[in-house]
Parts: sequence; C-alpha cells; structure tokens
Amino acid sequence: MNHWIIAPVVLPAMLAPFIVLAARYHIGIQRVFSVAGVLALITIAAGLTWQASDGTVTLYQLSDWAAPFGIVLVGDRLSTMMVLLTAVLALFVLLYAIGSEWDNRGRHFHALFQFQLMGIMGAFLTGDLFNLFVFFEVLLIASYGLMIHAGGHVRLRAGVQYVLYNLLGSTLFLFALGALYAQTGTLNMADLAQRVAMIDGAETVGIRIASVMLLLVFAVKAALVPLHFWLPSSYAEAPAPVAALFAIMTKVGAYAIIRVYTLIFGPDVAVTEGLHGLWLMPLALISLAIGMVGVLAARRLHRLVAFSVIGSMGMVMVSIALFTPAGIAAALYYIVHSTLAAGALFLITDLTRAGRSDLNLTAQPPVAGGPLTAAMFFAAAIAMAGLPPLSGFVGKLLILDAGFASGWVVWIWVVVLGSSLISVVGFSRAGSTLFWKSRSVVVPSDVADAEDSKSAENREATAKDDGSDVPSFLSYGAVSGLLVLLVLHTVLAGPIYRFTEATSAQLFAPSRYMSTVLETKGKLTRPKPEGYDKGHADDGHGAKDAGHGETKEEGH
Amino acid sequence: MEFLVASAIGVMTAGGLYLVLRLRTFPVIMGMSLLTYAVNVFLFASGRLTIGAPPILTDAERYTDPLPQALVLTAIVISFGMTAVVVMIALGAYLGADDDHVDDPAPAKDGSEGAS
Repeated sequence: MNHWIIAPVVLPAMLAPFIVLAARYHIGIQRVFSVAGVLALITIAAGLTWQASDGTVTLYQLSDWAAPFGIVLVGDRLSTMMVLLTAVLALFVLLYAIGSEWDNRGRHFHALFQFQLMGIMGAFLTGDLFNLFVFFEVLLIASYGLMIHAGGHVRLRAGVQYVLYNLLGSTLFLFALGALYAQTGTLNMADLAQRVAMIDGAETVGIRIASVMLLLVFAVKAALVPLHFWLPSSYAEAPAPVAALFAIMTKVGAYAIIRVYTLIFGPDVAVTEGLHGLWLMPLALISLAIGMVGVLAARRLHRLVAFSVIGSMGMVMVSIALFTPAGIAAALYYIVHSTLAAGALFLITDLTRAGRSDLNLTAQPPVAGGPLTAAMFFAAAIAMAGLPPLSGFVGKLLILDAGFASGWVVWIWVVVLGSSLISVVGFSRAGSTLFWKSRSVVVPSDVADAEDSKSAENREATAKDDGSDVPSFLSYGAVSGLLVLLVLHTVLAGPIYRFTEATSAQLFAPSRYMSTVLETKGKLTRPKPEGYDKGHADDGHGAKDAGHGETKEEGH
Repeated sequence: MEFLVASAIGVMTAGGLYLVLRLRTFPVIMGMSLLTYAVNVFLFASGRLTIGAPPILTDAERYTDPLPQALVLTAIVISFGMTAVVVMIALGAYLGADDDHVDDPAPAKDGSEGAS
C-alpha cells in the first residue's frame, strides 16, 4: 500500500510534539523545524496532486481495515488540491510569522501551527464523516490556541466567542452524525452515498433532517450569512498570521459542502432533492452582499478584511449552490484565489499596523515602508475586489458564466456585480484614507516636514504599541510571495481551470471514488480462515457483499 | 423507554440552548455541557436502544450496535477537553477584562481597544 497519502497528517502530528518537547525554549530550532516541515508538506502535497491529476483515486486503509468498517483516507483531485493549497498558504504565513516575530510573542506558536495543519490536512483527506468531525476538532482546538496567541483581553474575549460558537457547531455536527447513523447505519462517505440512494421515498424525514443539519454545520464553518457572526471579531482580533492561516478554515467548510453534497446528497438523489439548493443560493447571495457592504461600512482595517472574507465566501457559495459541474469548477478556482487573497490581505493589515497606533480608518502620519505596504495593499485589494487584471476577475467571470444555466441568473448577476462595485468603493476608500491622506496629515510634533527623521522617531516613540517599527524583509517577502502566487493564478488560469473542471467532473461521476473505497479489500475481507467470514456477513451491513468474486485491484 | 430517553434528550437540549443564549460565560458554559450530555445520549440512542445484549457479535441472537458506543466515547473525550479549554480561555478573558460578558463591548469603546 502506498503510504504517502497519510504523510500530510502524520508529519505535522509528529513534528508538533517534537517541537514542544525538544525545542521548547529555542525559537530558532522551532522555526527551522517548522519551515522544514511545511516545505516537506508542500513537496508531498505536490506529489499527491500530481498523482491524482490523472483521475486516480488513492485509498489508504488505516490498519488495513476495509472501507465501511475501518477509517479510510481518500486522495482524489479535490482533496489533494486543497492539501496543496493549504501547504502553500502555510509556508508564506509561517515565513511572515517568523519575519514579524509574531511567533515569539507567546509560547508554542509553531507546535499549534503544526497541529492546525494536521487537522486541516486530515479534514481534506478523510473519507469518513465521523473522522471528519474528529479532524475538525483537531483543527479547532489548535486554532483556539493560535487565536489567543500573544494574549490581550480583547483577543481573549473574541477567543471566547469563537470557541463557544465552534463548540455549538461541533455539538450540532454530532447531532447530525447521530441522525445520519440512525438512518443509514454507516458513516463512511462512499457507503453513505450508496445507502442514501437506496432510501425509500416514503420515509425521508430523518434523512432530510440529517442532511440539513449537516449543511448547517458546514455553513457555520464556511461563515454563511445567518451563521457568520463568529467570523468578524475572531478574524479581526486574531494575530495576523493566524488570521491569514484561518483563510483556509472557511474553505474547509466549503470543501465539506462540496464533498458531501456532491457525493452523498448529490443533485440527483431523490430523497433530498430541492432541499439545500432552496436555501443555499439565497443565503449565499445574501452573504456576498452583506460581506461587501461590511467592507464599505467597516471602520477598522482588520474588520474590513474580515468582512471581505465573508463576501468572498459568499461568492464561493453562490457558485457551489449551482450544483452544476461548471459551478463547482468555478468555485474551486475561486477558492484558491480567495484563500491566497485573504491571506495576503490579513498579512498586509499587519504590515499597515506597524508604526500606527491602531487600525482605525483614519489618516495618520506616514510611516517608513508605507509606500511598499500601500502598493501591496493596492494589489491585494484589486485581487479581492475582483478587478482585472488579477485572478479575482477571472474567477468572477467564471462564476457569472456558470450562473447562466440556473434560474437564479438575474439575481446572481445583479448581486455579484453590485457587490463588486461596493467592495471596490470600500477598498479604495480604505486604501486612500490609510495611505494617501496620510500625506496631508500635519504631523502633530513641533517641527513638521522639514525634519522628517526626527518626527518619525517621535512618532515611533509614541505609537510603539506593537514593538515592530519597520516590517522586516522576510515579512515583505512572504506577502509578495502570496501576491506572486495570485499573479501566477491569473496567468495560469487556463491550465488551473482545466484542472478544476476535471476535478468537478470527477465529483459528479463518483463511481470510481465509490468503487475504490468500497471494493478494495482489507483485513477480514481478503480470503481468510472461515471463522471470520461468518461473523462478518451478518453485521447489519447488508449492502456490502463482503466476499464477492471479481477483484478490483487497488486503485493505487 | 424510548419516550423517556427521547424526552430526556429534548429537555437537556432545550435547557442547554436556553443557557447558551445567556450573556455571561458561566451559564453559557453550563449550557454547552448540557448540550454535550444531550448529544452524547442522542448518539448512544442512534444505534437503537437495546437492553441486556452484548456489544459484540457472538452466537447470541441479539446484540447491540457497538459503533455508537465508540462514537460516544470519542465525543465525550473531545467535549471534555473542549470544555476545559473554554473554561480556561473564559477565565483569562474575565481576569483580563474584569467582565465576563460573552458579547462584544459597546462600539464606543471599540476604537480605543482596537490595538491590542
């Protein structure tokens, strides 16, 4: 069996305790190991993506137990693509955290970072719903620690809200899983897909409730509008590199929706037909609108960015809610774009903070390094608002194009274009206030412009909250790395879109996924001494014909 | 028995939800614990209620579904850990701000608290 697919989970899981136990007091060693770990993750993820790019579905059976009984990890195009995206984002976030010394403002940043990566990778790779819950908890509990990294009571209070909201979400997840298990008797995704399709049309109450509860849980994670209240405060108050890493967390929710609602409750499953589309599309449009209006209304830069994340998640969900191959393909393209853009924006927010007393959108005296930060903000804002030439524009075009086929086309066009306009206004207002108006501010010190250096020193003395004056080269490097990726995402839009198209085609033809998961033999289902088979056959899992003859050799 | 278990789950969920919607951290955490109890019993019941049967396959006619029991164990451990975490963070927030409200402070104070 090919063991590479579990490496993205095991590697951070091993690295994190090592960092805690062996390198606890040596920030330098922690940094080296953390960066090396993430680099290795990128390599592995790239290998997995390359392996999956021809449509292969790789299966990993933990302890060699076959699918509906054991837990499996499955790597198809979607999972591996998300794993690669996470690893790449993590590298730049980590570099920024090191460059800006954020990792040294509290304990255990690197260990928690690795645990967080482990949870995210696991959530993308697992093929079992309960295991998805467990990985959600892993990533959440690490994110609780990261969220309150470096302390401060404002951050702690935001952290309490964040933790409580997510605990509620987890409880709801358990309720949904219980309901699902009570209805179907399995929690393996591929097995569920088979069972749900077999459910009698007359008794659909339970499965419909379970399906909607599951959607609610994932919508909480994806910050869809009536459930988005946890996001602005926690993202705004979290340390900047953490907020940037959290940009992938909302995408975990989007990923789960894509996975579950194409595989298990797919558009052609009779029992849940017309159930989620009915709610998802209007809510997605509302989140898009509210997020972008929030961008315009925000009075502080980090809140503005947090609302733009809600808006871009709304955009992703609009595209997902179409539940067509073109819609999902566009959504996947936009997910990559929105993750990179949101990550870059959060990091730029932190760059902006350097030398300023706060992040209120008011004009403050210019600071050293301001023009470079301003240029980066300009680029990232263009990307986030979806203006040409960057990838947000391409993504938006794809979504608008995919929307043609649906009955919502007028609404989609109106809301997407209208909210784009609003966000352009919001971002340009914020940018011009922060970076341009500062030129016209009269420096409140005695000697104004003539002695620039001196007044700069004064200001730094007064506004020295955060400890850092001019962001380090590494910080700028990390942000520009993300921006370069955005440019690449634009330039290579053709090949990337072909990949996401193939991904969504694979999602809408899940037979290969299901057969790989369910028909690969494991312990007990391989030919064995008699005693086992007898006990196995009456396990209540009637659908699984355990000992059938034709052997599909493993898909890896 | 089904009625008893179902109503117990219902009452605990209702009480938990009510407490979770309170403003201060202590009732909210109590509410979370109630909700996790409710969900644990619910998970347990999702494998159907069977009395006096072994949770493993034997030669006996009846057996109870072992999977929900494993799920419940996992859920208990996780919710236990999570509750401990939230208590610690809430304590930190309370000691730092001298105030155990869960909601955001009034916007007037916001500007001054922006830089942390």
